[in-house]
Amino acid sequence: MRLYESVLIARQDISTAQVETLVDEFSKIIENGGGSIKKREYWGLRSLAYRIKKNRKGHYVMLNLEADSATLNEYERIMGLNEDILRFMTIRIEEVDEEPSIMMQAKSERGDRGDRRDRREQPAQNASKSEEA
Amino acid sequence: MTQLEITRSAVRRPYGRRRKSCPFSGPNAPKIDYKDTKLLGRFTSERGKIVPSRISAVSAKKQRELAVAIKRARYLALMPYVDMQR
Repeated sequence: MRLYESVLIARQDISTAQVETLVDEFSKIIENGGGSIKKREYWGLRSLAYRIKKNRKGHYVMLNLEADSATLNEYERIMGLNEDILRFMTIRIEEVDEEPSIMMQAKSERGDRGDRRDRREQPAQNASKSEEA
Repeated sequence: MTQLEITRSAVRRPYGRRRKSCPFSGPNAPKIDYKDTKLLGRFTSERGKIVPSRISAVSAKKQRELAVAIKRARYLALMPYVDMQR
């Protein structure tokens, strides 16, 4: 049994409730395989940096889970077959971070920030490209 | 030889400037995380390329870690592979 962090992106035209049931479904696979879900975060409908399967936005969900490799393979296989899932990535982690991840913190600070902001954060306040949607 | 000296004098010590230390080492250094796009964005160019460590002064070890994090963020469409807007 190992700890993993899994992020998945669901299609934008499905509702939040549908995303939840979808994730419940995937969680069940893990639990049936003897694993467990340690943390679950819904990052909201964020705009994608580039188009994936003609979608410009997607629902992001992150799971921290504990499972063995066979269960994880099954979980990934099922997700790959699901057409509502645009993309997913599972990486191994050493420990589960108890705090909400940076995405949740950023969201609570000032609403949803799906857009790209100015990327250079020099110590000096640069007002050069502050206007950018 | 002369060329080497020119670059050295130009790069090394404009006015006794010291080499910047790695932004990811030392106490309260930020943790490299693929989810932290705001932090990673500081180490990519306007076009979305990863900035070489000789410019950003990130240590070799951290640069490797950073590159992995940026690539993960790109895969999840949190960051662009190519940014053509600007």
